[in-house]
Amino acid sequence: MVKGVNLRVLPGKVTALVGESGSGKSVISQSVMGILPSTGRVSGKILFTDPLDGKTTDILQLPQDGEAIRSLRGSRMAKIFQEPMTSLSPLHTVGNQISEVLDIHTEATKDERRAQTEEMLGLVGFSRPSRTYDMYPFELSGGMRQRAMIAMALICRPALLIADEPTTALDVTIQAQILELLRELQHKLNMAMLLITHDLGVVANMADEVVVIYHGEIMEAGPVDAIFRTPQHPYLKGLMAAVPHFDMKPGERLKALREVPVNSDTLWAKKKQIENAPDILLSVRDLTKTYTTRKSGLFGGKGSTTVRAVDGVSFDIRRGECLGLVGESGSGKTTVSKILMRAVTPDGGSVSFDDGHGRIDVLAAEGDALMELRTKIQMVFQDPVSSLSPRMTVQNILSEPLEIHGRGDGAYRLEKVRALMQAIGLDQRYLNRYPHSFSGGQRQRIGIARSLALGPQLLICDEPVSALDVSVQAQILNLLKDLQKQLGLTYLFISHNLAVVDYMADRIAVMCGGRIVEIAPREIILRNPVHPYTRGLLAAVPFPDLDRPLDFETLQASGASDQRAWGAQFSSDGSGEGLAPADLGEGHLVLARRSVDARELRSW
Amino acid sequence: MTAPLPSPGAPLQHYVSTAPFDPMSVEVMTDEQAKIHLASQTRLMWWKFKRHKLALASGIFLLLLYGMIIIAEFLAPYNLHTRNVDFIHSPPQRVRLFHEGQFVGPFVYGRTMQLDLKTLKRNYTENRKDVEPIRFFCRGDSYRFWGLVESNIHLVCPAKDGQMFLLGTDRLGRDVLSRIIYGARISLSIGLIGITISFVLGIIIGGLAGYHGGLFDLLVQRVIEVLQSLPSLPLWMALAAIMPVTWSPILIYFGITIILGMLDWTGLARSVRSKLLALREEDYVLAAQLMGAKSPRIIGRHLVPGFMSHLIATATISIPGMILGETALSFLGLGLRPPITSWGILLTEARSVSVIAFYPWLLFPMIPVILVILAFNFLGDGLRDAADPYR
Repeated sequence: MVKGVNLRVLPGKVTALVGESGSGKSVISQSVMGILPSTGRVSGKILFTDPLDGKTTDILQLPQDGEAIRSLRGSRMAKIFQEPMTSLSPLHTVGNQISEVLDIHTEATKDERRAQTEEMLGLVGFSRPSRTYDMYPFELSGGMRQRAMIAMALICRPALLIADEPTTALDVTIQAQILELLRELQHKLNMAMLLITHDLGVVANMADEVVVIYHGEIMEAGPVDAIFRTPQHPYLKGLMAAVPHFDMKPGERLKALREVPVNSDTLWAKKKQIENAPDILLSVRDLTKTYTTRKSGLFGGKGSTTVRAVDGVSFDIRRGECLGLVGESGSGKTTVSKILMRAVTPDGGSVSFDDGHGRIDVLAAEGDALMELRTKIQMVFQDPVSSLSPRMTVQNILSEPLEIHGRGDGAYRLEKVRALMQAIGLDQRYLNRYPHSFSGGQRQRIGIARSLALGPQLLICDEPVSALDVSVQAQILNLLKDLQKQLGLTYLFISHNLAVVDYMADRIAVMCGGRIVEIAPREIILRNPVHPYTRGLLAAVPFPDLDRPLDFETLQASGASDQRAWGAQFSSDGSGEGLAPADLGEGHLVLARRSVDARELRSW
Repeated sequence: MTAPLPSPGAPLQHYVSTAPFDPMSVEVMTDEQAKIHLASQTRLMWWKFKRHKLALASGIFLLLLYGMIIIAEFLAPYNLHTRNVDFIHSPPQRVRLFHEGQFVGPFVYGRTMQLDLKTLKRNYTENRKDVEPIRFFCRGDSYRFWGLVESNIHLVCPAKDGQMFLLGTDRLGRDVLSRIIYGARISLSIGLIGITISFVLGIIIGGLAGYHGGLFDLLVQRVIEVLQSLPSLPLWMALAAIMPVTWSPILIYFGITIILGMLDWTGLARSVRSKLLALREEDYVLAAQLMGAKSPRIIGRHLVPGFMSHLIATATISIPGMILGETALSFLGLGLRPPITSWGILLTEARSVSVIAFYPWLLFPMIPVILVILAFNFLGDGLRDAADPYR
């Protein structure tokens, strides 16, 4: 897995270990912690010098799970995991889990432990540590859990912190907060930190020294300046070129590490362009969906909480364009996409689809009309693992939609499946393989091929790249772009990463709390964002560029979606006045109070 | 080659590897990986199952056993009901190879019986002169193979006019070994038939509850809870008592399997339901729905293959319960009735302490019961581990 790797982490400094998934990053961190699975063999030296007493120990010489390594683990070196949702025990309170570390490694009494834990919870940004101490993990959001994890890792003031993809599972805005927190604490406690990530943007903002690993071998290593200003190795250069950024000229292409040849010529006979087809393909008006959770107490106390997942959403998608939909998790993006796919029934609103063959009321379609609609709108899923049935071969997966709609005979379907494979640049020989034999990117391509099988007009892409490495991300984005051009597709592209949406979309809609807060053509929203939420999202995207560090100052501690920080024009708090989209011209709409005029909004 | 680290404190040099960058090298697979990647689900499961040696051995053992019950008549040295009135409660005989230092092949010594008139106990003494060699592929008691073909060929039989009771005889002088072999037929098949009934019930009821949810689900859940809260032994007894005494033994046999199956489906229905609920949330099921697939297709092509392997494992683990249930019922005299013979029926012979004290070999039918139940548990364990080859 890992061949002859040398790296160092200096006290008080951050070393970043960069590489794709499967490159051996986690193996290195596991060996350092001495938690490598017993099937692995390690040779070499891992020297750990404790700055407290200056003693140096070789971790590999210590007996596995022995007294010595256990006293180091958790107390002198600690680790933060990637997945905040599963790395805390659901049955214990947050404070209980954190103070357990103290219980194991120190002699502190119960009261001292509680005091120290609360202090640490305050340090990682909980406003009321004594309350958080008694909370259970399920009461905390993903970002808050990651903070609790950090508190747990830091409670004994370790000399070395290993952060294994600490922000990959988080939204960009939360990611920025966590990065800021980590940097601040690392300075304050003068820790050494080994940051493991695949995201060069994170590296540029955090690291002092960088090690780039590929396939178990170090490709390039050096101080952060040298790495970013004069990258030498083709792999590193390739990685850097694969990250989308806001300075891209219109039409500029990302250079994927592994470009996929797209050839859709044989996919289907060129569609006859319908004369005078309407400009607007899909029109959404006043979509509303609320979820009610009922609470019934043991003694008859009843109450219900209503969550407005989608709240009066209206937008149009024009034929042949790509509309980007951006927002943090929980903003209602996915609910909107599921309503459009008829997987969720909305409470109110209307959706109409018109491809020149007559208008279809999407929400009312039943029976044959619904089947017809299914061939016209298709979806690409976020998770490449769970979206392909593990019991079916690629051929079965791709021909299933054709079978469902009774298209052609076996030979015709096979031919179609072959054409689909060609369109996504996969080898024909893979037809009889099962999904488990493909990488994440390849699976996502198969998912795209499946959605194209019926020849849809509109493709809804729900976070198609957020589960993928940066290097694969560029490949999928380019593939989607090429397919759009060759097949004349229309996209609704959903993502939480503005940089990705910016690369794909012609127009961008920003969603927050179930409402669209700003919608505008792409250049306008980037050059001149008006809504504070949009600005927050823009500021939170980390760039692999040393000259454009994250501006931690403008990132609000409470997150970009905190309405209190928005300014009176944009929030409905404290007045009966409703919010309505204000037209700023050139198709730029911003959700604001009715009484506020466009000039006031711009000057905000 | 990798760069040496600088001495502590020195600035890190900018190191660039000379290794060429081949973007495709991560997608190149070794032969071994390719083999795994090309394998189907079933093959992956087989590979994983093979590694569980105990389960594999148990599987082979059970296969042999089930193969045996097909040709029980041929394997058993005596018929099921052959009485040897001269050899009542005869203890097991030893198979020997050497007679007075000379190799003669497998044989048993003949024995003579003396009745102890004080205790009325039959004492058997070996006659060291009387060598009775065991015959193979020989003609012995005649039987109707599967009730169809008249035959008298056996795998082993005693010497002409001799006896061979390897596991002893019972109170009517019937060979215990032969009766165990015949009893396996009923005891092992009752588990399979019972599990088929509970499998069908479990999949249909659990599947409907899981897929449709709502009122039906609620109802089924409550019924399952009630059924599971009833103590099983009295319930079996009550159900068995309902069966009319006038029924023929074969009808009773089917009645018992149906009772066992009807009470066992609850656990299966629950696991089907929970598996369905979990699988329904998978994106590929949603994808199929969005393609326009109807419910039967989704259940048939996506959901059932997804949990079938789990079900088979669960079913394997619940077969021993069936076998034990039958044994317990028959032992209590509520299950099968002679002349149908199962392991439970054989054990009814050993119901009193005095019998066990005098004739402990009547407990031999317990050994196959224990072995079969252990084997099924190991097999089910291995199947369960193999059922999910991706985790």
